[in-house]
Amino acid sequence: MTSGQDRVQVAIVGSGPAGLSAAAHAAHLGMSHVLIEKTDHLSDTIFKYQKGKHVMATPSNLVLRSDLDFDAGSREEILGIWDRQIAEGKVNVRYNAEVTAITGDKGAYVIEVKGGAPIHAENVVLAIGTQGNPNLLRIPGAEMPHIQYQLDDPGEYFDEHITVIGSGDAGIENALGLAADPAQRNTVTILNRRNSFARAKGANVKLLEEAEADGRISVRRETSPQEVRPGELVLDTRDGEEVIRCDRIIARTGSKPPRDFVEAIGVQFASEERDAFPQLTPTFETTKNGVHVIGALAGYPLIKHCMNQGYDVIEFLNGNTDLKPADQPILEEKFAKLPDRYPVEHWLDVIGSNVAIFRELSPLQLRELLLDSTVEAFAPGEAVFIRNEPGSSMFAIAQGSVAVEVNPNDPSVTVPIEEGSIFGEVGLISGRRRGATIRAAEPLVVVELSRNAALKLIATVPSAGRVVNQISIERQLLQMFGSGLTREDVAALVQQAEVVDVRAGQKVIEEGAEDRDIYVIRRGSMIVEKDIGGKPVFLSYLPAGSYFGEMAVIDGSKRTATVKAAIKSEVVRFPGEAFNALLDAKPRLREKALEEMAGRREVTAFVEARKDSFGSAADMYSETAQFLVDNGIGEATDVLLIDETLCVGCDNCEKACADSHEGLSRLDREAGRTYAHLHVPTSCRHCEHPHCMADCPPNAIKRGPDGEVFIDDTCIGCGNCQRNCPYGVIRMDAVPPEKPGLLSWLLFGKGPGPGEASYSWRKEHSGEGQAKLAIKCDMCLGIDGGPACVRACPTGAAIRVAPEKFLSVTREGGLD
Amino acid sequence: MATVAEDESPRRERQSDHEGFLAHKRMRWLKIALLASLVAILSYALVDVTPRHNGGSWYGYTLGTIGALLIVWLALLGIRKRKMTEGKWSLKAWTSAHVYLGLSLIVIATLHTGFQFGWNVHTLAYALMMLVILSGIYGIAVYATLPAQLSNNRREMTKGQMLDALDAIDRQLENAAQPLGRAESDLVIGALEQDPFAGGIGARLTGRYPDCRTVEALDAMAHLDGDAASGKVLSLLRKRKAQLDQIRRHMRIRAMLEVWLYIHVPVTIALIAALTAHIVSVFYYW
Ligand SMILES: Cc1cc2nc3c(=O)[nH]c(=O)nc-3n(C[C@H](O)[C@H](O)[C@H](O)COP(=O)(O)OP(=O)(O)OC[C@H]3O[C@@H](n4cnc5c(N)ncnc54)[C@H](O)[C@@H]3O)c2cc1C
Ligand code: HEM
Repeated sequence: MTSGQDRVQVAIVGSGPAGLSAAAHAAHLGMSHVLIEKTDHLSDTIFKYQKGKHVMATPSNLVLRSDLDFDAGSREEILGIWDRQIAEGKVNVRYNAEVTAITGDKGAYVIEVKGGAPIHAENVVLAIGTQGNPNLLRIPGAEMPHIQYQLDDPGEYFDEHITVIGSGDAGIENALGLAADPAQRNTVTILNRRNSFARAKGANVKLLEEAEADGRISVRRETSPQEVRPGELVLDTRDGEEVIRCDRIIARTGSKPPRDFVEAIGVQFASEERDAFPQLTPTFETTKNGVHVIGALAGYPLIKHCMNQGYDVIEFLNGNTDLKPADQPILEEKFAKLPDRYPVEHWLDVIGSNVAIFRELSPLQLRELLLDSTVEAFAPGEAVFIRNEPGSSMFAIAQGSVAVEVNPNDPSVTVPIEEGSIFGEVGLISGRRRGATIRAAEPLVVVELSRNAALKLIATVPSAGRVVNQISIERQLLQMFGSGLTREDVAALVQQAEVVDVRAGQKVIEEGAEDRDIYVIRRGSMIVEKDIGGKPVFLSYLPAGSYFGEMAVIDGSKRTATVKAAIKSEVVRFPGEAFNALLDAKPRLREKALEEMAGRREVTAFVEARKDSFGSAADMYSETAQFLVDNGIGEATDVLLIDETLCVGCDNCEKACADSHEGLSRLDREAGRTYAHLHVPTSCRHCEHPHCMADCPPNAIKRGPDGEVFIDDTCIGCGNCQRNCPYGVIRMDAVPPEKPGLLSWLLFGKGPGPGEASYSWRKEHSGEGQAKLAIKCDMCLGIDGGPACVRACPTGAAIRVAPEKFLSVTREGGLD
Repeated sequence: MATVAEDESPRRERQSDHEGFLAHKRMRWLKIALLASLVAILSYALVDVTPRHNGGSWYGYTLGTIGALLIVWLALLGIRKRKMTEGKWSLKAWTSAHVYLGLSLIVIATLHTGFQFGWNVHTLAYALMMLVILSGIYGIAVYATLPAQLSNNRREMTKGQMLDALDAIDRQLENAAQPLGRAESDLVIGALEQDPFAGGIGARLTGRYPDCRTVEALDAMAHLDGDAASGKVLSLLRKRKAQLDQIRRHMRIRAMLEVWLYIHVPVTIALIAALTAHIVSVFYYW
């Protein structure tokens, strides 16, 4: 060995699937190594899965390349196998060793370990995952031993005064768990710095409020901890300082991603974005020589990927730089569909150098991106997509060019998009339908990036983000103002455009103000209101893709109405002068704008004229609209509503839902909010920007051909989507066994009958080891006839509407 | 003030019109049923059957066949409702047609009898049919009026949440009753031990529970309102009473929405049996 006696060739930090696999391979090759793990067991993330969880081994077409075995199975089985194989493989593991800092350079790294001797290594492999560290309390006494940041089993505490700090779901769930069984005789208090539990799910808040009303949990609002003392906690309340008894503190104030720690080592991330990953070479090396990053921290959250990378990184360190990644066969298959049978490397080269937004990608990033994407060839004249088709993917032209049919009434009017550019980005950003039909103009090869892949690209490669941004603003302008305009015409406008984030409820334009900007809604939606006798009266709802504010720009008047965000939105602001300059240059456009304006003037005038006759009807209309927006309809693309003046409570909608989907209902009719007899049941709203999609390791959540958000069969049952959904519409459950048919139930009473079978029946009749997967409304995707809930409603109470249209649902009996 | 993004999308059958079953497609089935009844009445007046109208004439057979087929089709609603097959059907349209065509049976079947009634299986079938129809009329009456009441009463709570709320009050009552005297705490315990929803179908449908011990306890303790411990218990008892009222109202409305089906459906089965007997006997004695 060339290194000093106690310097290992490679130190692997973190014993998740990535780190484990790396360590196992290092041991197999006889490399001197150490695997450093913070906790007292291997693979903490998987260790913390719920008991008995069925772990999935996706993607199934990817081969496993590791010295450790891994296949789908229960958490216990998998951890058991790894424990055994790590011991058998003579892997050198150091437990209870949290790495706090890494200093030095390639060949001589010093790894500081909390409460232990530092470790010396030539190379470092970081495989610490993305769980991060819980935020620690920063108050006097915070180092005392009765403070904990996790609660594994609420059932193990008795006769204690326990204070939970934190107002998110984790904190509330812990508090509820501790207070669930009165026999434990715990006195549970939960502290919330604010007055309301806005960050937590409605269902959790409701349970907490009930527990509070029962006196099972003491909920302290506008209260924060000030000092921890043995057996006591000092609180800072609205009415001053207060001391309560406290034997144990459970702090659940979120966790801090490991980014700062990693950056402190000298590793650069791809961008400032919150979800950016470290910049990597094809051999997983970071910008700091000798430090490698693999696994979830590198952006690969699936266990199989993690394990393969562990193996690969050790091969690379061992000098085998020719090693082809395990995904090579998958890429080969992807490119096999393209005309000339070029090897993978050829296509990677063509795509990487031709497409502008890919130019800054490392080969590793490009491979990864292509794994999440599809490549396709089109003959001249063939349509890539058709106007009004829903679609949330983005296309990049690798070879050839396309023609955009800008005039829906005359397909011969087209605008070209050249090689290397992108298209389809509007659907990506606003989550809505395609604005135009696009056909291949010459033999075409395109890369279709799924929404997730595209968003990741934009987040991690700043230059790509800028290009996409600019192109999308330009295209949106061209599309909105119709044909006859060219890129050159709007260039000045695009130059001065500014993307602005707007909070829900924030006013973009205020009635009576004299500002002169014009706005385009890029994502989210807006509400237009007019002040009538001191009350806001709802005028209309604007989905993404609409523009507003042009009236004041054109005729110099004051703002005639207020426009505010229905949900968190993104608007593009253009200065009024630039818009006016465009109108001056294009008289036809001015005419068109004036025409549209006249129409809107009429509505405003109409509302104004009738303000005295407005009584409760207008209020009611406005309030109903507000209610719907509050319930997430502003971000919905399709929503199930129940008219409670018609609903007889037969629950046939739920039964039909279950019977159309393997026996589990995806909707809870009774639960949910109601206003003016309009009920929003607990059921998916198919959000424009689905919260559930945000963090799905296998990217199993997709948008379907009709705009529906659905989960495909690659779901691994991790429950992230369930936690991320603010509307509580995703459930985790196992597919129930087959029921006897309807006739044998009707005639002989066999089986549980129509609808979802009771839990006990399902349990009794199903086999062992069924995985619990995420299920949610898919709008009856692939079922002829459409959503079963609506078809099965005997009275017409259940209706499905898109947000642009449903506000007319509330209008009945409203203004007219 | 703004221009809305256009979206005249050729979506799937997703959008649904907001129209109740009675008004479905601008009362299409009401019109059809009225027309059918009118045709039946007019032809009854115009067609000359000797010696007089009866079920056995060619005209009677025609109406009888139509009626029998209608009845079979009407009864199939029970299957349609539960068989979630694919396809473009809507149960609302079925219910709409069911109601109006079912009502037109009053005309069609009555004319079919030629107003000849007696103590026989034929009239039995007719009577059963009328019973089904009458219960159906009650059904649409409650379907039209009660859902709004149900919704108002719910105040956004599910039945489960209502019961949970009751449980919560009960737990508080149990604690609060500790300091009370023997007599009073017995009253409270008595109220807690009682099944507040017992009382059978009568109580369910009327919403009256005359032996409710919560009410009794409230009455018996009303004079104690001044003292702190009893005051707390009294206020909890009032809360309990209010919660019970909500649940009982919920159960009453639900029961009224459902009870008629317990006539409608079993009598339908009896009707089909009687109808079969009626038809067989007619052909047998031909
Ligand atoms: C509930 C849930 C279910 C899931 N189900 C599946 C599934 O079925 N199939 C699948 O493929 N994927 C699944 N995933 C994703 C998968 O578990 C993770 O992406 C994967 O474990 C990541 O592996 P890793 O090796 O990169 O990091 P991790 O598994 O997160 O391991 C990191 C390790 O590093 C240690 N560590 C962290 N910081 C330090 C430090 N400073 N010093 C020393 N050690 C440190 C940690 O204690 C931990 O043991 C699931 C995730 C969750 C949350
Ligand atoms: C001879 C005539 C009729 C027959 C045989 C008949 C039969 C049935 C049957 C079998 C059902 C299914 C019940 C269930 O499974 O839940 C039903 C439901 C119903 N019937 Fe009738 N019916 C008749 C006439 C009528 C009439 C005249 C009306 C109204 C005036 C009516 C109103 C209804 C309604 C409202 C339902 C309930 C639909 C639902 O909630 O799903 N029926 N009928």
